[in-house]
Amino acid sequence: MIRFSPAAIIGIVALLLLPFAVRFFFAASEKYYLHLLIQILLWSFIYTGWSLMGRFGLTSLGHGAFTGIGAYTTVLLWNFAGLTPWLGIPVGVVLSVIVALLVGYPCFRLRITGHYFALMTLALTEFVRLCIVGLRDYTGGSLGTQPRRYGDGVSLYAMQFEPDRVLSYYVALALWAFGIWMWLKVDRSMDRYALDAANQDEDAAASVGIDVTREKLKITGLSAAMCALGGAIYGQYQMYIGPDTIAGLGVSLNIVFAVIAGGLWVPLGPTVGAVFTQLLSETLRVGMQGSATLRDWLGSAALALDTAVYGLLLVLFIIYMPKGILGTLMEWRGRRKRIADTAAVARTG
Amino acid sequence: MAMLGVSGLTKRFGGFTAVKEVSFAVEEGEILGLIGPNGSGKSTIFNCIAGLYPPTAGSIVFEGEEIASLSPNRICHKGIGRTFQIPRPFRNLSLLENVALSAFFGQAGNVSRSDCWRLAEEALGMVGLPTDALGGTDGLGAAALKKLELARALATQPRLLLADESLNGLDHAEMEQAAEMLRRIRQEKGITIVWVEHIMGVLMRVVDRVVVLDHGEVILQGKPRDAQADRQVIEVYLGPEAVA
Repeated sequence: MIRFSPAAIIGIVALLLLPFAVRFFFAASEKYYLHLLIQILLWSFIYTGWSLMGRFGLTSLGHGAFTGIGAYTTVLLWNFAGLTPWLGIPVGVVLSVIVALLVGYPCFRLRITGHYFALMTLALTEFVRLCIVGLRDYTGGSLGTQPRRYGDGVSLYAMQFEPDRVLSYYVALALWAFGIWMWLKVDRSMDRYALDAANQDEDAAASVGIDVTREKLKITGLSAAMCALGGAIYGQYQMYIGPDTIAGLGVSLNIVFAVIAGGLWVPLGPTVGAVFTQLLSETLRVGMQGSATLRDWLGSAALALDTAVYGLLLVLFIIYMPKGILGTLMEWRGRRKRIADTAAVARTG
Repeated sequence: MAMLGVSGLTKRFGGFTAVKEVSFAVEEGEILGLIGPNGSGKSTIFNCIAGLYPPTAGSIVFEGEEIASLSPNRICHKGIGRTFQIPRPFRNLSLLENVALSAFFGQAGNVSRSDCWRLAEEALGMVGLPTDALGGTDGLGAAALKKLELARALATQPRLLLADESLNGLDHAEMEQAAEMLRRIRQEKGITIVWVEHIMGVLMRVVDRVVVLDHGEVILQGKPRDAQADRQVIEVYLGPEAVA
């Protein structure tokens, strides 16, 4: 049972009331701000899913494949077989868990870790992207495709909720809360210790009875399932899926960057990462694409500049803030508290 | 029947034969010293028993069951605990967590979460480390890290403990202390011990029997005093001129 602190309760209430605050303060552009919030929540969920395994040194660049499998399976089953996403999403999730285990098993048995694991999973992402592009008759190739509309407006059967932004917000919020709950559940499990131990020393971990391969497969399966679910819901919200937006290396890299930026070892790290990256890319996009000077100077290349800035920031983060924004802040707070405690002891002593 | 029976054990790494048809038995309740100079194959035998290396040939029978080529975690679950020659703590976890996870996974998760913390405290107490050890492993010296290795192995509740060169890197007083600890583990917990060591002095006073290895082969099995009197053993350890 998770007990909520007063701060957490205030946070939850604030999140529940947020759409109304947006309506009150930004009535004119309510849809845009809600869209930003929904994006942040959906990506937070996907990032949290990745961080479940990322925090144990399993740096996967393959999660763009899992989000893609989740999104495409759901949409294709709906468009071509008329299968409701209520069933399509579970199929997508199971499919992506199977793929994760197929790729994971040989990697973990042969002890492919670190850079090599990243490369293996990178190949997976590219494989899935090529499949999507190759099956263009169904998937729309690199242009992407849309789930077939089911009537006008919101539909429970077709899981189409995008026309109602407030409803979409709560869908995204529920998903995000589920992600945080899962993170905490893993963090408080014994498996967490097994994976921390295996990350440090696989032989020593095995010598105290840990089945390293099994533990890694469990967390990989869970992480893939969450990303597939996130990808599918994202597709349902956007009402569009494309290799660039939900299924490719770009997605994989965004996930890794956001989580590292936010903080890999704290529950809200991936969320802070999502807030940071979404706001950053939005500001850069609006700023750069709206700047006449930049357009005159670089032409249409200015459109790609936000990605370049993104890359540069990633390098800076890895070098100067390896614990991420939230991780670093919490460390500072911890240090200041310790200093204050020591001072208090010194005064009383 | 012996608790552990090793017969015809051979381990080759490419063209190099590290262990050649080694056979010996470990009786329940004894402390057996596995000794020999550096490179004599002690650690290789040890790692074959613990499942880290699959043997090239031969059999390893523990409590009537063939365990050669089982994975290390399975062997741990069968009731064999091990330490590493060079301590390998999980540096990203606290002392207590290091030992608690061993208690939990060492018994294949058949122990409740609250029990594993209690077992961890017990194991830490047994080796003389603080039981409220919430700190990390960074500040620990060689002797404390050895103790942690031992506590981790004990927490898995083994019936047979494989202790790998426990005394390496310790000063004289610490060596005496470590030897005493192994004796106490046998006495209080009834754990059978195979002690791999190349420092002979302290070991000889604690073990019941020794198996002496040289170049991957057994050159003597017997009581410690037999080994100390044996020409071949002295020659291996001190060179041919010491015999003459």
